[in-house]
Amino acid sequence: MIPAKFEYIKASSVGEAIDLLEKHGFDAKIVSGGHSLIPAMKLRLATPEVLIDIRGIAEINTITEEGNELVVGANCTHHELTINPLVKEHVNVLAQAAKCIGDIQVRNRGTLGGSLAHADPASDYPATVLACDATIVVQGKSGSRTIAATDFFQGLFTTALGEDEIITAVRFPKVTKGTYQKFFQSASRFAVVGVAAVKDGDGVKIGVTGVAGVPYRATVAENAYDGGSSCAVHAVDGVDDIMSDHFADEEYRSHLAKVYVKRALEAL
Amino acid sequence: MNISITVNGKIHTHDIEPRVSLAQFLRENLDLTGTHIGCDTSGCGACTVTLDGAAVKSCTVLAVQADGGEITTIEGLANGDEMHPIQAAFKENHGLQCGFCTPGMVMTAVDILKNNPDPTETEIRHGLEGNFCRCTGYHNIVKSIQHAAEQMKG
Ligand SMILES: Cc1cc2nc3c(=O)[nH]c(=O)nc-3n(C[C@H](O)[C@H](O)[C@H](O)COP(=O)(O)OP(=O)(O)OC[C@H]3O[C@@H](n4cnc5c(N)ncnc54)[C@H](O)[C@@H]3O)c2cc1C
Ligand code: FES
Ligand code: FES
Repeated sequence: MIPAKFEYIKASSVGEAIDLLEKHGFDAKIVSGGHSLIPAMKLRLATPEVLIDIRGIAEINTITEEGNELVVGANCTHHELTINPLVKEHVNVLAQAAKCIGDIQVRNRGTLGGSLAHADPASDYPATVLACDATIVVQGKSGSRTIAATDFFQGLFTTALGEDEIITAVRFPKVTKGTYQKFFQSASRFAVVGVAAVKDGDGVKIGVTGVAGVPYRATVAENAYDGGSSCAVHAVDGVDDIMSDHFADEEYRSHLAKVYVKRALEAL
Repeated sequence: MNISITVNGKIHTHDIEPRVSLAQFLRENLDLTGTHIGCDTSGCGACTVTLDGAAVKSCTVLAVQADGGEITTIEGLANGDEMHPIQAAFKENHGLQCGFCTPGMVMTAVDILKNNPDPTETEIRHGLEGNFCRCTGYHNIVKSIQHAAEQMKG
């Protein structure tokens, strides 16, 4: 399976990548790890005429502590996030989610920024960025801006990212305690249901991926939290776009969401 | 597009189309057919090689993305006539039947043992999540990697 023809350009800085995006417009696509885009190109579901490779841009491949936040570069691979000591210490739930992604080879190539930009409804990171109240840092022609995780995901494979923007980093507030619990799709290993729960003072923040077309915060369950796990019955309350497919129909998915929220709360 | 890739210690410069996968480049431009293409869709792991020391599925990496990088394929693992301990362990433990998945299994084992020189059986099984074998039932592959780990610890 061979992709349609395209031109390939390696960008050496974020500025250059943005200039190239502006120049080539709709014909261009960013590639980082390539582990969502290349399979799509082979199937000719994606046929960009220009591929702008940002993988070599070192400025977005760093993990740094800034006050109460951990700033994780978009280019960090899933593997880096599973082993980085700062991630393990301050946002361990992110390391846990990264470890659940695909397999060794996929984790060696795929990136945080690529996964968030792709916004596959069965991907793992959305639950964690939501539960952590992380902010997505993006940069475009008109400068840099931040987008709250709760505003970032807008639909199936759809985000608040502008056409000329790239994700440069994700800012995670440090987490005292968090956990990621996943029900794996048995063949693809993507999430049928993925739940991240993070302690927030006496309360809890719960992010859910895989269940609805848009990953969400289980706010009804959060508000009913009493230190135990009984609020898990509210895991899908108020959610109106629960997915249904041949792996898991709506009823089964909703059931799984409750079970995995319960497990997450029990693991906290 | 001109690329220079170091494969098994030797630099290769080629003019290729950007849409050529690393797997295709290794097999068709360099005649290194030990890297197998099973599914060509990132599922089976038969095409696994190491890129800058990390196992990757070469069907899902463009050769142009590996420009300037260092690749090791199954052909580059042995030290002359002396098999790499992982290869020797697969031979010793009957870690293969038809052998189609074996190059990918061995190259993934290189990554598993690099990051975790003393893995448990469960860790090895999880490490092989991205590699399919249609013959062995995996038991002897896992045993081979356990054996290799012991040998490599010295
Ligand atoms: C076999 C297999 C199993 C997988 N299993 C899982 C799994 O269990 N869970 C899971 O969550 N994911 C899984 N994935 C997906 C994997 O995590 C991808 O790596 C990830 O979704 C995309 O990251 P990437 O860096 O490879 O992005 P790419 O494929 O390079 O890009 C994906 C999209 O994002 C855009 N993009 C990339 N980087 C940026 C950026 N910095 N800013 C703006 N746009 C950008 C691209 O233009 C493209 O549209 C799997 C993939 C494979 C091949
Ligand atoms: S051929 Fe690359 S993963 Fe199957
Ligand atoms: S030995 Fe035949 S596929 Fe593994």
